[in-house]
Amino acid sequence: MTEHVVLRHRDVAGLDHLETYLENGGYRAFKSIVKKKSPQQVIDLVKKSGLRGRGGAGFPTGVKWSFLTPDVFPRYVVANADESEPGTFKDREIMERNPFQFLEGVAICAYAAQANVAYIYCRGEFWDLTRELDLKIEQLKQRGLLGKKLFGSDYSLEMYTHLGAGAYICGEETAMLESLEGKLGQPRLRPPFPAAEGLYAKPTVVNNVETLANLPPIIDRGAKWYSGIGTEKSTGTKVFSVSGNVERPGNYELPLGTTFRELIFKHAGGIPNGLAIKAILPAGASAPILRATEEVLDTGMDYESVPLVGSSLGSASIIVIDETVDIAWVESKITDFFEHESCGKCTPCRDGTYWMKHIFDRVMDDAAAPHEIDLLHTVGIGIQGKCLCALGDFAALAVTSAVERFRPEFDLHVVGDSSKAA
Amino acid sequence: MLTDNHTQEIEGILAKYPPDQKRSAVMPLLFLAQREYGSLTLDAINEVSDLLGLQSTEVASLVGFYTLFHDRQGGKYRIQVCTDLPCALRGAQSLADELYEKLDIRKGETTPDGQVTVEEVKCLAACDRAPMFQLQEPNGIHYHEDQSAGSALALIESLRVKGQVD
Repeated sequence: MTEHVVLRHRDVAGLDHLETYLENGGYRAFKSIVKKKSPQQVIDLVKKSGLRGRGGAGFPTGVKWSFLTPDVFPRYVVANADESEPGTFKDREIMERNPFQFLEGVAICAYAAQANVAYIYCRGEFWDLTRELDLKIEQLKQRGLLGKKLFGSDYSLEMYTHLGAGAYICGEETAMLESLEGKLGQPRLRPPFPAAEGLYAKPTVVNNVETLANLPPIIDRGAKWYSGIGTEKSTGTKVFSVSGNVERPGNYELPLGTTFRELIFKHAGGIPNGLAIKAILPAGASAPILRATEEVLDTGMDYESVPLVGSSLGSASIIVIDETVDIAWVESKITDFFEHESCGKCTPCRDGTYWMKHIFDRVMDDAAAPHEIDLLHTVGIGIQGKCLCALGDFAALAVTSAVERFRPEFDLHVVGDSSKAA
Repeated sequence: MLTDNHTQEIEGILAKYPPDQKRSAVMPLLFLAQREYGSLTLDAINEVSDLLGLQSTEVASLVGFYTLFHDRQGGKYRIQVCTDLPCALRGAQSLADELYEKLDIRKGETTPDGQVTVEEVKCLAACDRAPMFQLQEPNGIHYHEDQSAGSALALIESLRVKGQVD
């Protein structure tokens, strides 16, 4: 893989300048669809490309768009730039280094959705980045690439950034819409889904930054070209964020289906200090932890294959753990995270993460009773499937999978004879 | 009052949202008020509530919910070290601990001159350049990546000097 589809700034210097972006085919896609294609034709093309949501759920993008309630207007598009999953730092690179491809993607999505207003919801910590995006939106307006009656058509589009203020849960699309409406960022009961009643109760599309950045090349080069990359059901490239115990942490854009082994050992340079790999978190904090067996290392990173070995791809934030790291400590950190980020709306998640954290405090003080490891597992099971959004499930799965797969490491923290625990 | 010096900025914020959905402007206005007053005091919250016709309890609940809003005065500068898992795997906790030791403060506390607060925060989406922290200051939030305790302390010293002068 030599060519970058999304991280194209790595091949073309200065792509964050509008002139350079335009000289390299920028806005050709958006202009062509506004002039020559109907919104439905764009939706069909994106469906055919097989593009799936890059924020974590992997839901087919064109299908999501086709759920918009017909004939109800105004409609909205919200770009999900609330990147907060531990281990994920891809959207930030895209928006900083290849911002116009992202903004063109937002415009394409808005045209397909027949929305005249698009909001970019950036996490509040992306303060500097958001100021830059504001300037770039202004440049686009001055160049006639945003605004009223674009390219002589009847289509008009305005774009605005909106800053979050520090809440992981706002990455969940309905919580994001609540937050954008000026409320607490807490998930909504679904249905209705945002495609029916989203922002201000109007039909709304929420898409992740990386998903949107894929749209200009898909329009430009065709669905067939795109679906030829990756696997049959997981098409295209993916930006894999690699962090933790590797020589070269960073983003690597590779075809979906690339193996963990190739990513970790070839691209990210393997494990430092001659140590062995112990475990992989394939989707940041939000998926079961995997023991790094030969089978797992040879598994392709795509939406179908990772579940076959007992986890999921999510937003493809690969956190690598070496043999010296205590898995009980890893899970205590993850539990801290979810306990802090639980929005408090659903009792199983709010109370469950609280109790898991308190048990973990004793585990990490080597003061837990043997039955408390089982209790951790029980609390986790008690959270699963009982909440409005997936946060509670993620928090629970992280712990239950680790207790099941790495039990001896937990037992080392137990007071008394752990062999009697079971 | 915010309306004394920031009328244009307030109008710009309100213009982003439909006229009947002014409530959407509450978070941007809270950021503006926090920049102006240093923290979100009850007066500041009331002012934002009045601008949007909201109950002040509704606005106060937002201040409590979102971590970038502060209802208590901290240091003028907040150094917020990410100690989440990916950063912790690359030495973030020892960096934070060294800062506490050298500054003789505990987690979340402010230097005696009232200038710098050191806090630990959750993932900031900069895991490949850990250890890192963000600096939350009156004019915004800025990332500092690939940091060491030495580089962080040097920045803190320069902030303490700058804070005295400003």
